[in-house]
Amino acid sequence: MSSEHVDEISGVTTTGHEWDGIKELNNPLPRWWVITFYITIAWALAYTIAYPAWPMLGSATRGVLGFSSRNDVKNEMAAAEAAKAGYVAAIQSKTVSEIAADDTLREFAVAAGGAAFKVNCVQCHGSGAQGSTDFPNLNDDDWLWGGKAEQIQQTITHGIRFAPDADTRQSEMPAFADVLKPEQVAQVSAFVASLSGPVRDKSLIEPGAKIFADNCAACHGGNAKGNRELGAPDLTDAIWLHGSGEAAIASQVRAPKNGVMPGWVGRLGETTVKELAVYVHSLGGGE
Amino acid sequence: MLDQSQVERLEAEAVNSAKTRQPLYASRKKIFPKRASGRFRRFKWLVMAITLGIYYLTPWLRWDRGRFAPDQAVLVDLANRRFYFFFIEIWPQEFYYVAGLLMMAGVGLFLITSTVGRAWCGYTCPQTVWVDLFLVVERAIEGDRNARMKLDAAPWSARKLFLRMTKHTVWLVIAVATGGAWIFYFADAPKLLGEVVTGTAAPVAYATIAVLTGTTYVFGGLMREQVCTYMCPWPRIQAAMLDENSLTVTYNDWRGEPRSRHAKKASAVGQSAGDCVDCNACVAVCPMGIDIRDGQQLECITCALCIDACDSVMDKLGRERGLISYATLADYNANMAMATSGVTGPVNPALVRMPSGSFAEGLAHFHLGKIFRLRTYIYLGVWSAIGLVLVYSLLTRERLELNVLHDRNPQFVTLSDGSIRNGYTVKLLNMIPEPRTIEVTLEGLDGGEMSIVGIDQPPSRSFSIAVEPDRLKTLKIFVRQPADRIRKPAQSFEFRIDDTASSETAEYTATFNSPENSR
Repeated sequence: MSSEHVDEISGVTTTGHEWDGIKELNNPLPRWWVITFYITIAWALAYTIAYPAWPMLGSATRGVLGFSSRNDVKNEMAAAEAAKAGYVAAIQSKTVSEIAADDTLREFAVAAGGAAFKVNCVQCHGSGAQGSTDFPNLNDDDWLWGGKAEQIQQTITHGIRFAPDADTRQSEMPAFADVLKPEQVAQVSAFVASLSGPVRDKSLIEPGAKIFADNCAACHGGNAKGNRELGAPDLTDAIWLHGSGEAAIASQVRAPKNGVMPGWVGRLGETTVKELAVYVHSLGGGE
Repeated sequence: MLDQSQVERLEAEAVNSAKTRQPLYASRKKIFPKRASGRFRRFKWLVMAITLGIYYLTPWLRWDRGRFAPDQAVLVDLANRRFYFFFIEIWPQEFYYVAGLLMMAGVGLFLITSTVGRAWCGYTCPQTVWVDLFLVVERAIEGDRNARMKLDAAPWSARKLFLRMTKHTVWLVIAVATGGAWIFYFADAPKLLGEVVTGTAAPVAYATIAVLTGTTYVFGGLMREQVCTYMCPWPRIQAAMLDENSLTVTYNDWRGEPRSRHAKKASAVGQSAGDCVDCNACVAVCPMGIDIRDGQQLECITCALCIDACDSVMDKLGRERGLISYATLADYNANMAMATSGVTGPVNPALVRMPSGSFAEGLAHFHLGKIFRLRTYIYLGVWSAIGLVLVYSLLTRERLELNVLHDRNPQFVTLSDGSIRNGYTVKLLNMIPEPRTIEVTLEGLDGGEMSIVGIDQPPSRSFSIAVEPDRLKTLKIFVRQPADRIRKPAQSFEFRIDDTASSETAEYTATFNSPENSR
């Protein structure tokens, strides 16, 4: 070890370390600094004992405080669930129209239902529930199976033409390509189109009306206003699920599309279905 | 009247003087400021009483705002995002008032500094005020400068231990009171005090008290002048703020030098002697531990206690006060030029005095006109302009507002009768602590009608909405327009809200979208 040596210029002792004639002065650090440094060392050691730190062969030391970030998440999730419990219980015990009529519950259900909608429903109905051709817009006031909160709940619960569910909404428009001649299809399409707008050839309307009365009125009604019992759409309004205009109508007459919506109660449970029903009902078209 | 040599000479050495200056890592030299008395000391007592009074008492002032708002005069209600200041209530979006006040504080600091130097540092800075308070305690318990120095040098004894423990205990009590007072600005003070005492207050309250107790005790009791010298940026900035017409605490060496303990002896042998008797009183009272006679320095907080100390010595000697005084650099330079005949050389006091002993003609003295110069006018103008804008906007601000958010997805919905519907999220802001009934009306949009989710009323162009006091009410509004009234794909219209009771009103211009092909 070095002997005590004092630097001549500064009058400070050196550490005895020397590199090519350059010596290191032994200026002491401020005491508060040194103490702080030792405290940080002690803190670091204590920390590795208190918290998971030292790597072992399989995993790492657990730490005596038993901290784990997974537990933290679990606890926070449990706390969130607990915070929601009161609302959830109320939603479970009330009917959807009661929920929709209660400001606080509706706000909660719309938020929860909106979240569930974003995960489960947007694939067909779109992120704004605006639908697209063949997929209904849930914002408007035209409902195939009814727009009351309970009716929406029923639809979401059991689905439409959803084979695995015995209570599913069931109906099927037959294909008229084999029943009607092509010119008859054109005539009935012109008649249906004329109910909500102008058509190209007005001479087709009258024979079309007769064909409609014979073949279509059974489901769509004599006035073509549809029948919600059967999911038969109102043909007099401005909303067309499978496209508007004579060509689209003719196509639907010849070989109808019958869309399928799954029943959701098995996957989401009754509470979420109720929340979804309230959410859809709140979009502006609810009855 | 005393003779110069009769003035007691104090053993005092500036901590930063050139001959004793130490390397940066050297440990702190202890400072034992002597008690000063005089007009600046009296002024500082007054400022201390006012500032501490404001700090400790403000949360306890009450202000009646009715039963829907707290009755604390000054309250920062973080939980509910409201700030109350006597008759003013500020919502978070009105934070620009606070920003404006901060700008005024900044410009005000420039104004004060350019006229009277670091008055903020010397009189009103919390660091200065609390150090002053802690020094009062120290003096009361351990005695004045000499007694404290003796005690400090003495070996540990029962008496020393008792005095030290008493001092630190009182300091800690003040520190706890200081930290404790802070939290009362953020909650109802009487209620919170009860909770704090019974141990039922929120953990953050205790944590805040603990942190502020720590900082008060450490900064005010232990670190003192080191905070100003090493931690605070203001000493570094002040050089840019001062100019030759700013008042600062100045040692007037043009009349003080050459300093001498034995003026008579000196004059007997034909040497000149200035007014300074080198008694070190100015150094002994300095809370920063510096010697003002070394000239302006960043450590000087211009507390002016050295002026008091020197004035009392000058009084004893029958000389004019103001050997150390508030003076501008311009005056000082003029007088210095006079005392040295304009050349760089030793000061000759005879040049600034007439044979009769009074000051020579043409000596520069400060007059108030120096304060009014372009620079201070600009600062004052900016400061006042910001203040006027704030006051104007405060007096004319709206207490009833609405925000409208147009639904983006879908932008419009076609309904079965062909009419078009748009959705809006409308927020009504009732910014007074009274419940109100707000009339929401549609203006423009031919044939348009609205319906509101959760309100079971037929579509209409006007709705009455009850809004809770001091709250925001969010409405989901659907607006519907018949197909044959639609003129273009994007039509402008207004949501208008009225409080019929107070005739306050607000409007928001929104857009109604429809598909391109609907006439």
